[in-house]
Amino acid sequence: MSSLRFLTDAQLPFCKGCGHALVAQNTGKALQKLNINPLDVVLVTDIGCHGIVDKSFLTHTVHGLHGRSSALAAGIAAGLNNPGKKVIVFTGDGGATIGMQHLIGGAHLGFDMTVVVHNNMLYGMTGGQPSEFTPCGFKTPTLPEGSTKAGYDICELMVAAGASYVERVIGIGDFSDSFAKAFSASGFSLVEVMEICPSYGVKSNPGMKLSKLVEDAGWNVRVFADGKGPSFKTPVNLEPKSLLSEKLEVQPKYASSIQKPVSIMISGSAGEGVQSAAEFLAKAAMVSGLNSTKKGSYPVTVGVGFSASEVIVSPNPILYTGSPIPDVLIITSSDGLGYARAAASRMKAGVLYIDDSLDVPETGARVEKVPFRERVGAKNSAMYAVFYVVFHEKLYPVDALKDVFLSNKIAEKINIETLLQF
Amino acid sequence: MHESKKNLAFIDGSRLITEALVRAGADTFVGYPITPANLLYLYATKRFPTMLAAPDEITTLQWMSGFAVAGHVPVTATSFPGYALMVESIGMAAMMELPMVIILVQRLGPATGTATCGAQGDLNVVFGTMSGGYSIPTFSISNYHDCWELSAKAVHTAIQLRTPVVLLTSKEMVMTLQSFDWSTLPEIKPKQVKLYNGSSPYLPYKADESLIPDFLPVSQNQHQVRITASTHDTKGILQNVLPEAIDNTKRLELKVRKHLDEYTVFDLDEQEGSDRLIITYDISSQASREAVASLRAKGEKVSLLVAKTLLPIPRVYVEIASRYKRVVIVEENLTGQLRQLLFGVAGRNGVSGVNGIAKMISPTEIIEEVLRHE
Ligand SMILES: Cc1ncc(C[n+]2csc(CCOP(=O)(O)OP(=O)(O)O)c2C)c(N)n1
Ligand code: SF4
Repeated sequence: MSSLRFLTDAQLPFCKGCGHALVAQNTGKALQKLNINPLDVVLVTDIGCHGIVDKSFLTHTVHGLHGRSSALAAGIAAGLNNPGKKVIVFTGDGGATIGMQHLIGGAHLGFDMTVVVHNNMLYGMTGGQPSEFTPCGFKTPTLPEGSTKAGYDICELMVAAGASYVERVIGIGDFSDSFAKAFSASGFSLVEVMEICPSYGVKSNPGMKLSKLVEDAGWNVRVFADGKGPSFKTPVNLEPKSLLSEKLEVQPKYASSIQKPVSIMISGSAGEGVQSAAEFLAKAAMVSGLNSTKKGSYPVTVGVGFSASEVIVSPNPILYTGSPIPDVLIITSSDGLGYARAAASRMKAGVLYIDDSLDVPETGARVEKVPFRERVGAKNSAMYAVFYVVFHEKLYPVDALKDVFLSNKIAEKINIETLLQF
Repeated sequence: MHESKKNLAFIDGSRLITEALVRAGADTFVGYPITPANLLYLYATKRFPTMLAAPDEITTLQWMSGFAVAGHVPVTATSFPGYALMVESIGMAAMMELPMVIILVQRLGPATGTATCGAQGDLNVVFGTMSGGYSIPTFSISNYHDCWELSAKAVHTAIQLRTPVVLLTSKEMVMTLQSFDWSTLPEIKPKQVKLYNGSSPYLPYKADESLIPDFLPVSQNQHQVRITASTHDTKGILQNVLPEAIDNTKRLELKVRKHLDEYTVFDLDEQEGSDRLIITYDISSQASREAVASLRAKGEKVSLLVAKTLLPIPRVYVEIASRYKRVVIVEENLTGQLRQLLFGVAGRNGVSGVNGIAKMISPTEIIEEVLRHE
């Protein structure tokens, strides 16, 4: 046992007889037993009476928000990524209630840290209200008739969540060995220290004995998990590749004769290649020396319903990427028709290319009915429509689109000749 | 004709933002999925040295804070519903003086609203993030160059000022694909956190005239580090309303304002003889630029201010606006949030807005408003 000091000489900041003081002292003692350097320890404290103890510790201390200490500590543990460091959390039953997700998540992922739950079965700092840990029959100043529900068994919950070391102790006397075991366990460990708050708990429940109360609540005082659980390793990729790689580069090699921007909307069904057809349309425009933009619209359930895309191709730089009224509208399915009806009705000019199986919507555009689906099947209808429109609208050479198509894996699945029926 | 386009590609803004963040010195991404920020999350899995999937947005901000305490520079990307959950923790990180970047990709609200529709509805949310009205340096992206330069600026500002920084953008910027030549982008240099290297005991919240305290991570064991989100003295010890502690709290705002000039970024395109000014930011900027070009082509005189540093509001915006009889503020929200921040509820004679929700504001709408009073 080292003689290193973990606590200052100042008096601990708790009411007389409060178990929180014993937790602090036993923590110091356990760390001495482990012979660890105080500055290899990070104490993370929650908001609550127990949390104001940070000023008494000679370790690193971090004091954050109510209930979030375990998540903050998990970030510290993952950021340190060093099993030689000890990350210890002090929280109350209140903090454990509001931040239960962080305890379950921490145990689940196995962060290298120890959570000490100061369970005095009520919110001390705010005046003695009950928490989810308050056992049946326990009274508090705001619940004088006593709780009618059992309190959480945090130890059982932590075992179920995958904690490596779990123990419940009665917070009386020397329980530093339990802390020492928890602090030296790898992965996520938790010790629940049962306490009673002299200021609110004792006054509301005169004559009540802590050990009897714990027994009546059905809470076992024992070790629940032995410390052999896994510990979280932070993934560190030392040489991640740039997102701007040559593979993305497009080389212009054709020329287009369009003089002004053309906006094209393709509207079809999910699973019928609308988004890739639109992307090819836009990329081939770039191969032809044009600028282009593309955005997609689809319901959040991407695999069903309509799928639409707006493409702008332009000889000039494109600033505003919206296109409220398309110059060319392509509709390849009835889902697509449903979605594009409004756009069609806004068109006072331009062209509507629509699959000939569909009813023609109200529009001021010239209408071209084409058997897209019949000629190439539903799955390839959008891709075919794009080839068809590039050819008939003379947006740029069809060869540019062919190049983009053939350089993609999709070319193995679709015979290019079927797309060249103009 | 194309020789100058060395690195022409068809890319989205998310790709540029992610790459720039890492190059500027961010090393950790913590994410919780939400449309329209999911591409940033996806790219982060490939590009960030460390990427962690958090179980919710409160955890996200807490993990990020933990990483920052350990010496890292973390980033996340979210949208309003996630940002709302982060609010208390962002204040914590600001109080603790931890560097981090929160990308807020705006979508149509209120509440869950429409996840797949863009918006500019969250400036007021960011403005009001911190109890007491303290400022979070906030940048907003107007085009692809900003995706690059402002992302880097956000990281550098977070590191330099030791504070959370918000990078505001919108669905249309991070999800639309556009042809773009990245050879036009400037080089980004990484910035390192300034560390304390004195021999006397380290005071985590003692600052020199820069008002920015030196940092030490809890990974070192030479000096004790105390970090706290409660009102504290220079030692990092909780102190109710002790004058030293209150001065420390005031310093948080003074720090952010003292350096504002260093991180004030805007585009000002003034036309001589014009008495009309368009002010815009974020996703409405490109439509405004297009509107300005059209107006000028028609012989109409008009000036343009694209605000990129949004918070704290740089005084210079107000000064620029005061030189114009007519000011039109373009933003994709219902109530004119920047307009109210600049001119208050009372407004000013000659100031009007082009506003709307659920679709991008078009150049035509802007042109109409500029010409409305003629
Ligand atoms: C988000 C939030 N909600 C409520 C509070 C108010 N609050 C402060 S401490 C506390 C409860 C403390 O109880 P516990 O965690 O059991 O610690 P104890 O005081 O008993 O040690 C509460 C509810 C807060 N600080 N933050
Ligand atoms: S109020 Fe209760 S929990 Fe808080 S310090 Fe006093 S005795 Fe301890």
